[in-house]
Amino acid sequence: MSSWIPIILSLLTLLPSWGNAKTIALYPGEGRVISDAILQAAPYDTLVFKKGIYQENSILVDKPLVLLGEEGAIVDGQMGDEIFVIVSDDVSLENLTLKNVGVSYLKDRAAIRLNRVSNVTIRNNRLLNTFFGIYLQKSNECVVDGNTITGAAEEESRAGNAIHIWQGKRIRVTHNTLSHHRDGIYFEFVDESYIAFNQSRNNMRYGLHFMFSNDDIYENNVFQNNGSGVAVMFSNRISMENNEFLDNWGGASYGLLLKEISDGTIRGNRFQSNTVGIYAEGANRLVLSQNLLQNNGKAMDIKGNCMDNRILDNNFIGNTFEVLTNSKTNLNHFEGNYWSQYSGYDLNKDGVGDLPHRPVNLFALITDKVPAAHMLLHSFLVSSLEVAERMFPQFIPEQLIDSQPQISPYPYDYD
Amino acid sequence: MGKIIQFLATDLFKNKTIFLYLLFLWVTGFGLISLQGQGEKILLALLNISILVVPMICLVFSIIYFYNMYEFLLLLHAQPLARSTLLISFYTSLSLVLTGVYLFGLGLPLYFSGAGGEGLLLLLTGSLWNLIFIGLALLMAIWASDRTKGMGFSLLIWVYFVLLFDGLVLLLMYNFNEYPIEKLVLYISFLNPLDLGRILVLMQTDAAALMGYTGAVFQQVFTENWGKGLVLVLLLLWALIPFSVSIRWFNKKDL
Repeated sequence: MSSWIPIILSLLTLLPSWGNAKTIALYPGEGRVISDAILQAAPYDTLVFKKGIYQENSILVDKPLVLLGEEGAIVDGQMGDEIFVIVSDDVSLENLTLKNVGVSYLKDRAAIRLNRVSNVTIRNNRLLNTFFGIYLQKSNECVVDGNTITGAAEEESRAGNAIHIWQGKRIRVTHNTLSHHRDGIYFEFVDESYIAFNQSRNNMRYGLHFMFSNDDIYENNVFQNNGSGVAVMFSNRISMENNEFLDNWGGASYGLLLKEISDGTIRGNRFQSNTVGIYAEGANRLVLSQNLLQNNGKAMDIKGNCMDNRILDNNFIGNTFEVLTNSKTNLNHFEGNYWSQYSGYDLNKDGVGDLPHRPVNLFALITDKVPAAHMLLHSFLVSSLEVAERMFPQFIPEQLIDSQPQISPYPYDYD
Repeated sequence: MGKIIQFLATDLFKNKTIFLYLLFLWVTGFGLISLQGQGEKILLALLNISILVVPMICLVFSIIYFYNMYEFLLLLHAQPLARSTLLISFYTSLSLVLTGVYLFGLGLPLYFSGAGGEGLLLLLTGSLWNLIFIGLALLMAIWASDRTKGMGFSLLIWVYFVLLFDGLVLLLMYNFNEYPIEKLVLYISFLNPLDLGRILVLMQTDAAALMGYTGAVFQQVFTENWGKGLVLVLLLLWALIPFSVSIRWFNKKDL
């Protein structure tokens, strides 16, 4: 045992910054306390924010530091400019409360801005009433974890995004709680990133909004009661699993809006009580499997320009309309789903209906052509036309069928 | 008049059809609760049932009852009573019983499904439908002395309001799709009490969001208090006009 001690000691001395790294305590006071401390600190020092309110903004973090808040440490931006601007690699910012960043129409002010850095960690902070929350700009390999970001947005034009990432790679956004901003999470040109266990609620526009972002993984997030749901656009090879898309209800709301998106998987998600569960336009080669679509107005609206998507083993339960489309041909594959509107039978008791199911509603096709016909929603005429059409299809796409409709729903575990 | 109403109402309550109607409403209402379990869905299902069943029961039952009681009516006529008094008491007793059964039959399931203001609105609309279609039935019964003819035309009325009217509207909308017809559609819906009531109830529910631009135009009218009031007044007019015409016809009719 004692023979190990010299080896460990010699290893420790090999670490270059070990001996120099100090821990500096900060107390609230007059003037620019934080900026001065950063100026005097050496790289890899730790600044500990003692309890109190620090009234300061435009703090430039230009060297690798650990900024650590004790309980009750609050940095108040006084409705001014950005609070922390991080331009150095290897910074970590933890346990702080940041509040009051002013709205600007010229500049996307954020409580924490990361500019061209890598390996920065933003963890367990609370952001209150900040115009933009955390803004990552051309940054790679960063971690945004466990933050609570609450905005005070009242109108969309005066609101910023909670987590905004513009150009980045391999970023982890996990366990954050985002609300009352314009978009909960906004991604543009962000690749190979991991977004998991976030809760995005009550935002004005989208819970999650991403564009031109490829090879990303979205898991176990909750998007609830946002103005327009979740929008994913112009992206390839996205994996979305076990997320929840809930209560996005209104004239322009979607659970999940897919636009120009290819080669993704959407599995094990729960879409509940949305005006439109999944809206797909120009979506290609996606695999949608084992999802639950329940109590939506329209479970799936899949436009004619979607190709080679596979919709397998999902549960469609209690939706007003199951599938909508605006085309007479069908280039997608539906198989083995459970449809609560299925009215066939199963004579050989193998759990699969003997007759194929046609999930498209005639009324949806009619209203697509004649919007005013919405007036007849839930009328007896519409329901009788629907029954007649399903027996002898004239207008609904003949190939859009599920040849293996399940008799009972899959017992997936969503929670 | 009070005595005649009392007598007719007791006679109606002894009728087995009325009891079966109540039973039917309960079975479907509570059946739906046990199947679907959620407030809004049940409201919509009960709305559909009301649209289908209320006009039919009111038309068919009222007209048969009128024909069956025709001799009794003649008998009463020998007494010093005004003709309008007779018809008004007839209408009132039918309305009281059928509306009462409707309210009791759907009110209980609605109460247990926890529907709020929308449920009350549905019951109100449904009650007005009762009044409207009983009035129309009496109109048919007085117009046609021949039972088959009266029955046939009342069924035609049912098919017209439930199916044909909407079909014609759909046809119209297909042909004039290029024009901004949303407002026009709104006025057209005034011509059918069933459509009017259905849209009124739909607009109070989440389903309104499914109706797109048309829904938005409708929502402007049907969710405001003055709009709701207007719709209810229109429905009342739908009840009053056929009935007052039927009184006029009855006064002139050679019994």
